[in-house]
Amino acid sequence: MSDLTRKTAAELAELMTSGQASSVEITQAHLDRIAAVDGDVHAFLHVDTEGALAQAKAVDEKRTAGQQLSPLAGVPLALKDVLTQEGVPTTAGSKILEGWKPPYDSTVVQRLKAAGIVILGKTNMDEFAMGSSTENSAYGTTHNPWDLARIPGGSGGGSSAAISAYEAPLAIGTDTGGSIRQPGAFTGTVGVKPTYGGTSRYGLIALASSLDTPGPCARTTLDAALLHEAIAGYDPMDSTSINQPVPAVVEAARNGDVAGLRIGVVKELGGEGYQPGVEARFHEAVELLTKLGAEVVEVSCPHFEYALPAYYLILPSEASSNLAKFDAMRYGLRVGDDGTNSAEKVTSLTREAGFGAEVKRRIILGTHALSSGYYDAYYGQAQKVRTLIARDFAKAYEQVDVLVSPATPTTAFAIGDRIDDPIAMYKNDLCTIPSNLAGNAAASFPCGLADEDGMPVGFHVMAPVMRDDLCYQVGAALESALAEQWGGVLMTKAPELEVTR
Amino acid sequence: MPSITREEVAHLARLARIELSDDELDHLAPQLDQIIGLVGQVSQVAADDIPPTSHALPLTNVMRADENVPCLTPEQALSGAPAQEEQRFRVPRILEED
Repeated sequence: MSDLTRKTAAELAELMTSGQASSVEITQAHLDRIAAVDGDVHAFLHVDTEGALAQAKAVDEKRTAGQQLSPLAGVPLALKDVLTQEGVPTTAGSKILEGWKPPYDSTVVQRLKAAGIVILGKTNMDEFAMGSSTENSAYGTTHNPWDLARIPGGSGGGSSAAISAYEAPLAIGTDTGGSIRQPGAFTGTVGVKPTYGGTSRYGLIALASSLDTPGPCARTTLDAALLHEAIAGYDPMDSTSINQPVPAVVEAARNGDVAGLRIGVVKELGGEGYQPGVEARFHEAVELLTKLGAEVVEVSCPHFEYALPAYYLILPSEASSNLAKFDAMRYGLRVGDDGTNSAEKVTSLTREAGFGAEVKRRIILGTHALSSGYYDAYYGQAQKVRTLIARDFAKAYEQVDVLVSPATPTTAFAIGDRIDDPIAMYKNDLCTIPSNLAGNAAASFPCGLADEDGMPVGFHVMAPVMRDDLCYQVGAALESALAEQWGGVLMTKAPELEVTR
Repeated sequence: MPSITREEVAHLARLARIELSDDELDHLAPQLDQIIGLVGQVSQVAADDIPPTSHALPLTNVMRADENVPCLTPEQALSGAPAQEEQRFRVPRILEED
């Protein structure tokens, strides 16, 4: 049998259905791959070898017994370390949660388990999802499999690196300002942020509650859609969950027809500050969609330029409130409990020792933005800007079905390049943030390599609320047209990693 | 004239219950000053008559039926506690000595 780690999730499912491979074989192949390459990539914070093999064995037994199984049953997956999984270490990339084993499963994990999807382990991320490179992880930086000297994107860089290093065919990410889509773009993979409320936040360690959205990462559009369908849908445990049917994402990914689809190129997301190779691949992709029958027009969203400042008020404000629960009392790290220090002092010492620099920066910024005398000028004004951005989207969608832009202004940068320049780091998310503020569905699909550095470029599709299917429709059209040109999806161009035995 | 001073940052850190060393304050204060310069751009938008959006979706309070549902056992709830005593979370003293 050819290498099981090179197969897509859909192909692996087919191999299992036809009896050509078992889930245990497939899972073991991926565990072996992790052992061989993760020393260099560092995508995983924890590999659950025993748990994964036990899940795989259970699926194989059900299949042998002739039980009805879901489409992805037995396929392995890498889980971002921000989602709780009962009994498996969950750190959110922070020292303050080192060694914590949650006593319950997040809804996403419950649904993965119910679908028979095998969870290989937990992936690295920027601490509490604050960052665009994984350099803010308390457990070391993940390396981009396309070039180990570069970052894999963030915050979900562990998930994107795991799938682009063939350590897993599928991964779960969470997207608050671009943390699924930007790592997808940087690693030549597919990353989808579902409509806010389309996937459950229960058991997701909160960064900014009004923005956080779990979603799928994969090497192909169809695989992402299959995973999307497995995890999405109404959840009474999340008070902002949408009680509507899941959009027909798998059907859209199989269809991939853009004839007559109206596509708007966002004027404000391009030009100065955008890498030439990124713009070149983006415009070629737009031309390709035109050839496939899409109607392309330019659209203006004038308030998008204020999305970044509004986001960096709303996010830190919500984060400073959400992270107040790390008080050293009920779980996690406790420092300075020497019998003389007060509870308040112990809390302060613990947060000093347990939080990294970026987390402290954002908590203090959020505390400032919410403090009396500043609230109206900062947080209140940012919420008004949020309304204006949602109105820009609404107006654009009167004219077009979807909006498109590059997923990121640049390709993946070198490790260390922007770590001490927060503003340069924040600008990674210029194109992705507006969709978080408005809550609509958005996704990044690979559209080629930049000429300057040979690194992957992401094509960003933004669809209206609960029209996630339109993202997949465009992504599938682009993917098949590009694969015809290249003789395979973009990932087939990735360099081979050195394997240690 | 910075938009936020080192003293203000130290005050905010106390409010947020984070001890900061002098070195950290030296590093953090100018960075926050820059970031506040960036986020302050929201004030350039004329939005006096614009309603705020606190949430992407127009949702009102969501209630569930008032029924008992399974929850964590005391052992599960205490499983991550840094310190416990008599099936309770043990915490440092709450009151300052006078």
